[in-house]
Amino acid sequence: MLVQGIKSRPEYKGLDIDPHAKRHLFVLEGEGAAALTDQVEARGKDFLAKSEILYLAAGAAPKAYDVALAALSPDVFWQAPTLQPMLFRLRACLDQARMGTRLYIAGTEGFIGQIMQVALEFGIDFNSIHTEHRGSTARRVQCVHCKGITDNVTTSPFACSHCGLSLLVRDHYSRRLGAFQGVNIDAEEPGTAPQPEEMFP
Amino acid sequence: MTITFRSETFRDDFTFRNSLYNIRRFPFPFDRDEYMYSVNMEPHVRGKKDSVFENLIDVDEHYVAEMQDRALVLKEDPLRCQALPHMMAAQWDTLELLMEHQAQDYPEHFTVTKNGDRWRWINRPMGIDDTFTFGDPATLPYQPMEYITRQAQGDFCIVDQRDNNLWMDAGMVTTQADWSLDFDIGMNFMEWHGPVPLAHQIGVFDRALKFLLNLQQGKPTRRLNWTMTVNPRLDTSPENYHKWGPDRLTVTPENVGEKMHLRVELQSLWRLPRSNAILFVIRCYLISLEELVTVPKWGRRLPRVLQSLPPEIIDYKGLTRNRPIMIDWLAKYDDGAPTSAGIFPD
Repeated sequence: MLVQGIKSRPEYKGLDIDPHAKRHLFVLEGEGAAALTDQVEARGKDFLAKSEILYLAAGAAPKAYDVALAALSPDVFWQAPTLQPMLFRLRACLDQARMGTRLYIAGTEGFIGQIMQVALEFGIDFNSIHTEHRGSTARRVQCVHCKGITDNVTTSPFACSHCGLSLLVRDHYSRRLGAFQGVNIDAEEPGTAPQPEEMFP
Repeated sequence: MTITFRSETFRDDFTFRNSLYNIRRFPFPFDRDEYMYSVNMEPHVRGKKDSVFENLIDVDEHYVAEMQDRALVLKEDPLRCQALPHMMAAQWDTLELLMEHQAQDYPEHFTVTKNGDRWRWINRPMGIDDTFTFGDPATLPYQPMEYITRQAQGDFCIVDQRDNNLWMDAGMVTTQADWSLDFDIGMNFMEWHGPVPLAHQIGVFDRALKFLLNLQQGKPTRRLNWTMTVNPRLDTSPENYHKWGPDRLTVTPENVGEKMHLRVELQSLWRLPRSNAILFVIRCYLISLEELVTVPKWGRRLPRVLQSLPPEIIDYKGLTRNRPIMIDWLAKYDDGAPTSAGIFPD
C-alpha cells in the first residue's frame, strides 16, 4: 500500500473500464498486468476487441504476465523490452489516437508517472486517465539540487545517483516531473546523514 | 520622496542592513503575543504613511541591491523563472500592473508612457530606457514577466484559474523560503501547499482557495507570512539548501542578534484583467534581531511568540536548532509589560 494523505500525489483510483470509450489503450508494467486481468474477470471480455495493450514486463518477467495478456486476444498486444521503446511506441499511438480513446496506466508509481508525462504532453487531461498502482512502492525521485532523477528508490535517505548528496524523500510529488522531491538531509551538518531505512519496498 | 538606494549584498559578505527609517516601516507580522496559522487576509489597500502599506507595490532602499541579487540567481539557475505557454496574456497583465504601480507611486524613479501599443518604460535606478510594443514579446529582451520582474522587488507567481482551482503556471522565484518553483510549477493550490503541516487539517487552505477564486479585479488582497533566516540571505531555495543549510550551525549566543533575521513575506494577490489569472506577489522583508529590538514592542513580543509555537511549525520553519538561542537572547528585551494590539510600533 502506498502512504496515504500526500496532497500533491495523484490518486490512483483503479483501471475501471469506461463502457463508452471507442478504443481502450492500456499501458501496463510488471504487476500492472494483473490490474487488467482483474478487470476482465469482473467485466467480461467484450472491451478487448477495441483494446490495445502495451506491456513492459520489467521485474515481473518471471511471472509470464505477457503470456496471460496475449491470451486475452486484444486487438493489439505489443511488448516492450525496456521503458525507452515503450515511450516511443506510446507517442506513436497517441499521435494516431482518435476522439473517444481512453488511456489506462497500471504498474509502479514511477512508471505511471512517466507514462502520464507523455500523455500530458499530448494534451490529455490527467483527470481523464485511469490509473492503478501495482507492484513495488519504490519512488522515482528528483534531486532538488542537481535535478537528476533516480528511479526505484526504496530507502530514505538515499544517495542521489547523479550528484551523490544524501537525500531525504519528501512526501511531495510533481506530476509534471513524474517524481517525488529529494532534499539533502545533512545539509546543515554534512556527514551526519542517518542510515538509509527501507521505506518504500 | 526620493529613495536613497543602498549598495549591499545578500550573500558572501552579507552587507545588507536596514536604515533607521526602514526598521520603523518593517512589516512585523505578529499582531498579538502568539502565532497560529489562519486565513489572515485583508484588503490590500493603502495604509499608513511610512509603512510598507503606503503603496501597493512597495519599493524601498534595497531595490537596486535586490535586483542585482536576482540577476545573480538567474545566472546560476535559469529555472527560477518559468512560464507555461498558455500564460502569455497573464505575463502582459503582470507587466502592465507592475509598471503602472511603480510609475504612479514613484514618478521620480519610474516612468511609463503609452502611445497606443507603443510603450516607453524608464527605470532610472537601474538605468533602463526601453520602448516596446505591448503584446509583442519580440520587442522586449525577455518574456514580459521576466522583463518586469527583473525590475520589481519580491517573488512573483502567476496562477491560472480553471476547474474551480488555482494552478501555479508561471513564476519568478529567487527569494523564496525553501520552496521550488521548478518542482511546483503546474500544480494546483492544494498540491503546492501539500508539505505545509497543520493548516490542511484545520481547513485553512479550503477557505483560502474559496476566497481567492472569488477575488475581484481592482480589489487585491494581502496577508503576512513569516519565517527566520540565518544571515540576510534572499535566496534560501531548496535548490541551494546544501549551500545555506550550514549557516544554521554558525549561530551562537554572541552573534545571534546580528545573524538571525526575521523574514516576513507580504503576500498580495491581484486579479488580472485580460487573463483572469491571479498575480501572487511574495515580497520578502528581512530584519536582524538587533534591528528589530530597537522597537520595544517588537522586542517584547517576539520571544513570547517563539515560546508559543507548536512543534510542527518549529520544524517546518526550520527553527528547531536555533530557537532556544533566540529566546535566550531576546529575553532581556521582554520586561513582562503588556503589548498593544496590532503590528505597528507604539
